[in-house]
Amino acid sequence: MTESTSIQETVQAVITTLKDKPGALLPILHGIQDALGYIPADSVPAIAQGLHLSRAEVHGVISFYHYFRDTPPGKQTVHICRAESCQAMGGKQLEQHVKDQLGIDYHETTADGQFSLEPVYCLGNCACSPAIQIGDDIYGKVSAQSFDAIINEKKELA
Amino acid sequence: MSITVYVPCDSSAVSLGADRVAAAILLEAQKRNISINLIRNGSRGLYWLEPLVEVVTDAGRIAYGPVQVSDVSALFEADFLHGGAHTLALGAIEELDYLKKQQRLTFARIGKTDPISLDDYLANDGYRGLNNALKQSHADIVKAVTDSGLRGRGGAAFPTGIKWNTVLNTASEQKYIICNADEGDSGTFSDRMVMEGDPFVLVEGMTIAGLAVGANQGYIYLRVEYPHAHIALNAAIEKAYAAGYLGNDIQGSGKAFHLEVRLGAGAYICGEETSLMESLEGKRGLVRFKPPLPAISGLFGQPTVVNNVISLASVPIILDKGGDYYRDFGMGRSRGTLPLQLAGNIKQAGLVELAFGLTLRELIYDFGGGSATGRPIKAVQVGGPLGAYLPESQFDTPLDYEAFAANWTVLGHGGVVVFDDTADMAALARYNMEFCAIESCGKCTPCRIGSTRGTEVIDEIISGHEISKNIPLLRDLCNTLLNGSLCALGGMTPYPVLSALNHFPEDFGVTDTTNAT
Repeated sequence: MTESTSIQETVQAVITTLKDKPGALLPILHGIQDALGYIPADSVPAIAQGLHLSRAEVHGVISFYHYFRDTPPGKQTVHICRAESCQAMGGKQLEQHVKDQLGIDYHETTADGQFSLEPVYCLGNCACSPAIQIGDDIYGKVSAQSFDAIINEKKELA
Repeated sequence: MSITVYVPCDSSAVSLGADRVAAAILLEAQKRNISINLIRNGSRGLYWLEPLVEVVTDAGRIAYGPVQVSDVSALFEADFLHGGAHTLALGAIEELDYLKKQQRLTFARIGKTDPISLDDYLANDGYRGLNNALKQSHADIVKAVTDSGLRGRGGAAFPTGIKWNTVLNTASEQKYIICNADEGDSGTFSDRMVMEGDPFVLVEGMTIAGLAVGANQGYIYLRVEYPHAHIALNAAIEKAYAAGYLGNDIQGSGKAFHLEVRLGAGAYICGEETSLMESLEGKRGLVRFKPPLPAISGLFGQPTVVNNVISLASVPIILDKGGDYYRDFGMGRSRGTLPLQLAGNIKQAGLVELAFGLTLRELIYDFGGGSATGRPIKAVQVGGPLGAYLPESQFDTPLDYEAFAANWTVLGHGGVVVFDDTADMAALARYNMEFCAIESCGKCTPCRIGSTRGTEVIDEIISGHEISKNIPLLRDLCNTLLNGSLCALGGMTPYPVLSALNHFPEDFGVTDTTNAT
């Protein structure tokens, strides 16, 4: 079985499970991104067919939402909160430090495919600013030093 | 008998190491052959003390914090399991000033209980509101909520009872209850704390709303940035179904209510109720024209109640203790309590639930203890990224919807973000305009194009280019956004931008104040 047929099977399985829900498109897109890490462009026709939508409508929804991505992410995604509370506690300096350490800008992935970097507008961790999220793990009161320790630990785990 | 130890599972506590502390306590207890019963509770909301560990003793629950993994062994040595003395000991949790001075109605259980234990919920007044509602008519439930004076806690402050009454009186086979859990405002985390720390209260509140208006289906539209809340809500919903608190026959009443969590996908605009409904329908989150009101034609064209998490989570206590009980808190037309969230550059960040009426100054100094850096406080943004920055001269404003509105400021969802004197208000104003450009749904021109042009104009001002020409241009543009936008995103972005300019013109390079007006 080739990789692309396995991707198509995963996509089809998600569509079949969820397509009868009212307003099924977002649950389906989440299901695909949860399974694959992204929503491959060539899954759009299958989604459109499953929900009786045009491909343009499906593409329009994917592109509207910041969270959905159509390219594979790095093994782990680092989200940095850019919002006001984190700015009040040195979030901008942290943002620059993270970019320098990883050597990438927002919406990019490190050359070794380890880390992607995305901005986020509030993690709801405002009482512990500045905050970042790596994968499902949230970190508060992050300093340049503690970021380095966290990222080194993540590298060792990877 | 084993000793009960509480370590919060709240995601902010976890972000400071609560999971590791919990694991270390279990391991250390095992090493020492001590039997403990470790419970993951919600957070009390005293975040500068997290991870906050509590031990149940004969003298009540004794708190220690902030606890790091490296403290655990010493805590055992100090016999913290029996309330022993240690530098991290805080005494009885309920006696801490920060908590004692609060009036916790909506947050009554949070931090005390295991969030996903239905037994704990029932043992702490849970489902008493629903049990009362099951005996009442639609109109009586709506009347209790109307009498309570509860207004939408999401920010718009629309009277909840009036909204419910409209849905009740709109005839339809199918109606919906939507909980807006897309808490995207910076500086706000009260919705998250409720969903993680007491998810059953939201489930109960939505069930009561369903009974009140005759809706049998509810959706919680939850932001994807809240994975811990997602897990807690699903666990609570599953248990509520299993125990007959959700489903086709709620507690043998023959009445039905079903509930499902749906995830957003990182679009701030989906916190706007019509955009949220588009998103739930599987579309781009474009704002709808109003009218028709969602209460008349909402989700899938049906009458729909859309309420914020805190509004719905306040309903059970209203149905339990009566509308009058809730209404007796507060001032003027702002009745009941508001869970305020202290964030940003503040020494004692956390959740403060109080009756309306305290001043901002009391909140940030008496509760917050001043700035975290110890520097003077320059500005406070209240009400999220669409809320105004308040300078020192406005710190005596009482926390009340009308008092804030009279100052051209916004109380909103009660988020309070503090900045010290190093803050650059022009950079913040630029950020707010850029945020609007990034998050605009694109439907109306003032917001879609105005926010991008606005960012460019602020860039010009920051670079010192033709300030006397660009300041009036920025004001004119803000005027267009204020008056011409379809929803609050474009319509309120001028609040932070213009308040920054009005109160801190020097940060914009305006030395001649005549240019600033």
